[in-house]
Amino acid sequence: MVGIVSYGVYIPRWRIKTEEIAKVWDQDADRFKEGLLVEEKSVPSLDEDTVTLAVEAARNALNRSPEVNAKEIGALYVGSESHPYAVKPTATIVAEAIDATPSLTAADMEFACKAGTAGLQACMGLVKAEYVKYGMAIGADTAQAQPSDALEYTAAAGAAAYIIGRDSVIADIEGTYSTTQDVPDFWRREGEGYPQHGGRFTGEPAYFTQVVNCTRGLMERLGTKPKDYDYAVFHQPNGKFPLRAAQILGFDKEKVMPGLIVTKIGNTYSGASLLGLASVLDQAKQGDRILVTSYGSGAGSDSFSIVVTNLIEEKRDLAPSTEFYINRKEYIDYAHYSKFKRQLRGFVN
Amino acid sequence: MTMYGVPSHWRRYKERYRLSGTRCETCGNIYFPPRKVCPHCRREGKPVSMNFSGKGKVYTFSVIRVPSEGFEAYAPYVIGLIQLEEGPKVTTQIVDCSPEEVYIDMPVEVCFRKLREQGKEGIICYGFKFKPTTDAILKK
Ligand SMILES: [Zn+2]
Repeated sequence: MVGIVSYGVYIPRWRIKTEEIAKVWDQDADRFKEGLLVEEKSVPSLDEDTVTLAVEAARNALNRSPEVNAKEIGALYVGSESHPYAVKPTATIVAEAIDATPSLTAADMEFACKAGTAGLQACMGLVKAEYVKYGMAIGADTAQAQPSDALEYTAAAGAAAYIIGRDSVIADIEGTYSTTQDVPDFWRREGEGYPQHGGRFTGEPAYFTQVVNCTRGLMERLGTKPKDYDYAVFHQPNGKFPLRAAQILGFDKEKVMPGLIVTKIGNTYSGASLLGLASVLDQAKQGDRILVTSYGSGAGSDSFSIVVTNLIEEKRDLAPSTEFYINRKEYIDYAHYSKFKRQLRGFVN
Repeated sequence: MTMYGVPSHWRRYKERYRLSGTRCETCGNIYFPPRKVCPHCRREGKPVSMNFSGKGKVYTFSVIRVPSEGFEAYAPYVIGLIQLEEGPKVTTQIVDCSPEEVYIDMPVEVCFRKLREQGKEGIICYGFKFKPTTDAILKK
């Protein structure tokens, strides 16, 4: 069976608190904290971008699976909506940095926040068809938000990398299912610096329709019910949405909390559901069943049903945990945040 | 538009991306940056490329408060001479570490960062820098 051979994560060191952003725009911090359930978000350094985040996560995934030679990775996909180049794939740089070149196929994936799970499915197909021994799928983003837009409270940075294979898996992937529809809930036109969104419209017809229908679709096909799962991870643009999706679907809150890390690091876009899954794998036991549903604006969802194997115990501590990166933090004020995000006019590099 | 310096950056990918150096199979000496000829054995030398573990210690460091052009936004930042586990020393920026946090013998490990950008149109040069090790952070 196809499964997860290894995983690795990376979150930048810097954080900005919701209060600090609210102070600058004279907004009510408590209203945003209650509305979004986000206390603070991660911010990348000046010398970090989607490429560097992806490389760090990929190296952690390789460190967690000493049996995998990087040259055996036959496919590498990086999902992001913040690829540093418009033309020149992020995946080429990541493949070179981890020494997987030159015998592999590589490409960048784009589908708002679900580009990482799209890569995961592509890897599953290639591995299952035995075209490649291992595939690596990465979700990474350094999300941009217009200053003073509500998105500024959550747009964050982080990455998660997964190695997919047939042998020595720490978790079997029992099945995957997707939904896709044309929904204009969030977009960015070519050449524009910041995305636009449909305000309240982003909830009902977009996120909840896709996440709920996709999750139900997967469970129908597998004949599983919410009670069969020990953990559930939903895309987390804020803390409220995944909890409400869980409620609609009938998953207890306790099953969602271990993978709900948006409250501490913000929305890492393509990294979000994959970082949530990593946080669950950091603590899951053999036999635990995990449900994961990503969401990408535009719109669509990918659902996965995953069962943890006994190998999780021996590989888990070979790379830093998600919690390690969540706790490794240093706060910055809005002035430094602006500098880090290159929001200052006349600031060339 | 043709950009200058692109081929020279590309030729140093192995060294910059993967911290790859040279080991001489004749005398066992290890070199970074990579050498085509072993300075010790000359013609008798057999230089082969090797990847370093990426672990090391701060041998000495300096805090840059008056940066060179293009690095103004980074100041103040730490430049360190890192003694690699395998022996050679590497001059590099130490990141995720403020001037107050760095100390001699601090355990560090390699990380992947942007080195510089050739303006808004040019290539982005990536490569290694060093940061405090996971263990060093956990012990704090
Ligand atoms: Zn020699």
